[in-house]
Amino acid sequence: MSTSHTAARKQGRTTQVSEFTHNWFVLKSLVTRDFKLKYRRSILGVLWSVLNPLLMMVVLTAVFSYMFRFQIDHYPLYLILGQIMFGMMQGATTSAMNSIIDASSMLKKIRIEKMVFPLEKVLFELVNFAISLIAVVIVMVYLQVMPTWLMLYLPLLLVYVTVFTAGLGLLLSSLAVFFRDVIHFWDVICTMWMYATPIFYPIEMLPDWMLSAMKFNPMWQFITYFRDIFMWNTAPSLKLNLVCLGMAAITFAVGLFAFRKTEHKFILYV
Amino acid sequence: MTEATDAKQDEQEPAVAEPADTNAAEGEPAPAPSDSHEGEEPIVEINHVHMVFNIANQQLNSLKEYFIAIARHQLMFREFVALDDVTLNIYPGERYGFVGVNGSGKSTLLKCIAGVLEPTTGYVRTRGSMAPLIELGAGFDMELTARENTYLNGALLGYSKQFIDEHFDDIVDFAEVRDFIDMPLKNYSSGMVARIAFAIATVTEPDILVVDEALSVGDFMFQEKCEKRIDYLVHEHGTTLLFVSHIPDQVRRVCNKALWLDHGKVKMVGDVNEVCDAYEATDHQ
Repeated sequence: MSTSHTAARKQGRTTQVSEFTHNWFVLKSLVTRDFKLKYRRSILGVLWSVLNPLLMMVVLTAVFSYMFRFQIDHYPLYLILGQIMFGMMQGATTSAMNSIIDASSMLKKIRIEKMVFPLEKVLFELVNFAISLIAVVIVMVYLQVMPTWLMLYLPLLLVYVTVFTAGLGLLLSSLAVFFRDVIHFWDVICTMWMYATPIFYPIEMLPDWMLSAMKFNPMWQFITYFRDIFMWNTAPSLKLNLVCLGMAAITFAVGLFAFRKTEHKFILYV
Repeated sequence: MTEATDAKQDEQEPAVAEPADTNAAEGEPAPAPSDSHEGEEPIVEINHVHMVFNIANQQLNSLKEYFIAIARHQLMFREFVALDDVTLNIYPGERYGFVGVNGSGKSTLLKCIAGVLEPTTGYVRTRGSMAPLIELGAGFDMELTARENTYLNGALLGYSKQFIDEHFDDIVDFAEVRDFIDMPLKNYSSGMVARIAFAIATVTEPDILVVDEALSVGDFMFQEKCEKRIDYLVHEHGTTLLFVSHIPDQVRRVCNKALWLDHGKVKMVGDVNEVCDAYEATDHQ
């Protein structure tokens, strides 16, 4: 019964603009809002999206290359690639997780496609990620790493990561509505995940059992892909592409399913 | 699907007397719907709507509480029926008032119609565009300027960018905030914020206008302006009006039909005067 009900609803909306155009406009408006709010009253503004990963990289490079002396060529580049990729996933999933709860006042006031809230957060982090690529370019220039045509794979990688992150965000956002524990828990998970993923250290440092577990770590797959095309001049294999795509698709399907199953109950819990 | 439901509607029409002279009001160019509504499709169709809130569930905010509740078998208890089998067809051009005491389910019903709440069982179907003036200013962010908020709120209400561009001046003029348009909303008075919100919400000419009594915003000058705007939409544009209030006089002034809700049940439907008289009679007991 409820499907026909929503179908009728949608019909009403299309008298003005199509459902998709409308949702896209809402999405864009929300991303714009987040941008304005993020950089309000800061003198350097959007430059912080570049400076932040750069400064973090400098600190981490200083710490790790001094203390552990890893044998990795272009260690700062190795570090910043892993760092901004993981940072994007963590930032996007965390803010997507809170997005429904934060949007409660809107959900209580108007009828709206609820999925725009977590997706908007993912999109916002993606834009931020794109800006922080400037930091990567700066590091490459500094280390005199020549760019290659392989970088053209980047959009493909971004599709995988975005779909993966969106799926995780949808799942977390619907879970967080019912159990606020998830919010605290995810923080811990992300920290564990970050240290378990070879971001600061070479993968060879891992014990054997973790080495084989890395196959199932989507972030490791994405970061490997990223480093392949940006610093190791390796064309990502078809297998790697399929693995990334598969992980992204499955995660998204699970997230979408969980979200669609529970979204009609959100209003009672936010 | 539509044919099947059309056939059903006639049986489900609440068995309440509807006097023939409902639309004999002040010589307006109303679309004058006949009371039989034969062959006419309802613009709002409320079909056996139940709305049940699970009070116990609302308090469970952590896994621990959840498992304790399961252990105590409390999860299924304490249901609160906000709407109990409400059925009503509203036809284009009608002005419906929903009356009832606080907590009788008026606002819940309005939210179901606006699509904010989804009924537990049954359904609400609407045709055409709707302007819900239930709670205004969705998505308003105090840190942003009035201009930015106008675009954001407009987007959330379903307007296109082009539409907001075209009507931006109308909104600003109606809200009387031209001099402060690029000032953050936090510097505005609450009345000014409410004015902008109202101006954005009513800049369209919707087919259905849903108005909650809580809409008494701004000073009396602006309130008059709001009522005029609603009047304009109803009388010039033929907008169907759904109006919630617990003050019968207000409903008599604005509406031609009324629905009386009592503890989530439909107590009476029909001509505004009859329903309001009956409502007032019990009210003073």
